[in-house]
Amino acid sequence: MTGSREKVLARVRAALSDVPRGEAAEDVAVPRGYRRAHGQGPALDLLVDRLEDYRALVRRVPASGVGEAVAEALRRRGAVRVAAPADAPQEWFASCPAEVVRDAPLGGGPPLGVAELDAVDGVVTGCSVAVAETGTIVLDTGEHQGRRALTLVPDYHLCVVRARQVVDSVPEAVARLSPSLPQTWISGPSATSDIELQRVEGVHGPRTLEVLIAE
Amino acid sequence: MSSTFIGMPSFPAAARQAVQDAQLRHNLRKATHTIRGKRGEVVGELDDWAELRDAGRAIKDRTLRHLDRYLEQLEEQATGAGATVHWAADAEEANAIVTRLVRATGEREVVKVKSMATQEIGLNEALAQAGITAYETDLAELIVQLSDDFPSHILVPAIHRNRAEIREIFARRMAEWGVPAPDGLGDDPRELAEAARVHLREKFLTAKVAVSGANFAVAETGSLVVLESEGNGRMCLTLPETLISVVGIEKLVPTWADLEVFMQLLPRSSTGERMNPYSSVWTGATPGDGPQDVHLVLLDNGRTDTLADRVGRQALRCIRCSACLNICPVYERSGGHSYGSVYPGPIGAVLTPQLRGVQGSMEASLPYASSLCGACYEVCPVAIDIPEILVHLRERVASGPGHAAERAAMAAAETVLGDHRLLHMAQRAASAARGAVPRRLPGPGAGWTDTRDIPDIPPRPFRDWWREHEKERARGGGSGDAGGRTEHEGGDR
Repeated sequence: MTGSREKVLARVRAALSDVPRGEAAEDVAVPRGYRRAHGQGPALDLLVDRLEDYRALVRRVPASGVGEAVAEALRRRGAVRVAAPADAPQEWFASCPAEVVRDAPLGGGPPLGVAELDAVDGVVTGCSVAVAETGTIVLDTGEHQGRRALTLVPDYHLCVVRARQVVDSVPEAVARLSPSLPQTWISGPSATSDIELQRVEGVHGPRTLEVLIAE
Repeated sequence: MSSTFIGMPSFPAAARQAVQDAQLRHNLRKATHTIRGKRGEVVGELDDWAELRDAGRAIKDRTLRHLDRYLEQLEEQATGAGATVHWAADAEEANAIVTRLVRATGEREVVKVKSMATQEIGLNEALAQAGITAYETDLAELIVQLSDDFPSHILVPAIHRNRAEIREIFARRMAEWGVPAPDGLGDDPRELAEAARVHLREKFLTAKVAVSGANFAVAETGSLVVLESEGNGRMCLTLPETLISVVGIEKLVPTWADLEVFMQLLPRSSTGERMNPYSSVWTGATPGDGPQDVHLVLLDNGRTDTLADRVGRQALRCIRCSACLNICPVYERSGGHSYGSVYPGPIGAVLTPQLRGVQGSMEASLPYASSLCGACYEVCPVAIDIPEILVHLRERVASGPGHAAERAAMAAAETVLGDHRLLHMAQRAASAARGAVPRRLPGPGAGWTDTRDIPDIPPRPFRDWWREHEKERARGGGSGDAGGRTEHEGGDR
């Protein structure tokens, strides 16, 4: 394949014969007059508004009340068995009515199989960053988040967002994220508009996204 | 298996058929107007949209002007993160690479994330020839695949189908491809989406190999980014053991931070959402999470030819948002199939002839598939001046073979227009013959009058009218020469 590599690179260089030899990439000015954030309102209020716009279920709870809120959400959902990352805090499940199946930590023992994930009633995780302006929750397999498959296969995802994880804008989120970690950006539940542009929630990913914002 | 677009009729022939399809026009009008309305709303929310657009344009220009450097950087970073990088000069080579990689896994099936690059190269057909079945997993792509159809829109490929047609396709064809449609399937979109979910879930949970494209490739970090809605992308990018991503060399952005611009520009421009439901970002292979055998196939396939054209180069900025389709009066009436390519609409009209060359009649017809109204440029999030490229490509087509008569006519026109006496004589001659001018020209001129009305020729040239008018005025007739004015206005249309 070396041949094609050199061929393509040579074609690129030939195509760019008009670019002065001395020009460095950085010499091509990129105007960055755009805003770091748009000041559309208090971050937490905005996040709730945007999430609800995507028809996600949202509740704001005190940091000390996460366990109760998780229990209530799972009870309402009728969840009997839920999955959770190995490092999800025990207090989230202190009054949990459902059986909690913990995934193995990354690189430590066999992870939950796909069939097993397909059989649970939901999954409970934390997140890395949440973007208020766009109603986006970013998971990067870091603390309290587990592997990507964990939040993908079950039909119900309950996500705990801590107030300090909420930023206003996309630029602020990008700055907080590390590209070396695999990321999933979630903005509302799985949805399609492929049939006559009518929005249908839930095709392949979780059909219900519930968010607890812990303040 | 959906076939490739090669050998399609030229744009006017295809469009003539399409505009007679009332159902198609209804579907398209409804869809494009809905999306453009949503887009307008969410773009209006950002008071720095012009600045974001400016940054998007400049970042892509920087990338393109130094593409060799960024490609090498991407390769180095992706390789360092555990991916294997391959280079494909053309479609054939890319297909051969993917086929070889799939064969090496011993698998005979792959699941696919919606990808324009793999459609452009006809990957599904190439895999089929090698005995490998490729399953499209985007709902719209599934509809297209099950009905042996072509995609007709960048973002919503089955936009030309209504619910009744989709129900029929699912009921008739799903069983051949896997889990059949349920008995008594109705045509409610919810029900149809559920049928697709059940049909595809079996594939997702068992697939060992996935093929994707990418919306962005970050040179600085070697990361790939895929934006989607349904979660089929996440399924394909996460669950299989082997992941092969075919990425056009124009998809690069220099730095991680540059994503802050494009993650704002793309969703708002394409689906009219503040953010699409799911985006996946991965950098090489992550031990213990996701595919462990990760490949990146960098695709040229005509892109370097496009890069070599200083006017046409800007088309490579395209981030495939489809805003130009949704605003285009020509696309709205002619539909996506008329453009004979996976890239329809205004961007297709400039991209396809550049990627494939203008030798074919379809490709040569595309630069004319526009009214040059400029709406596509206004709406483009990376400010591609599509009208400018269209005119530039028309010049290229017109200077090619087969336009001798047109060139002769233009040369004659240049002579006449350049000499006021000749022009005046010609105008008088035309006025004298105005009753004899047909509505449609015969012979080769018919192509011109098929799409244009011959302008009315005034009963006498303006110069003659003016001369008399001035004489009248000198005689003291004043400006109240109603008769002369009416005549002039009537004839000057």
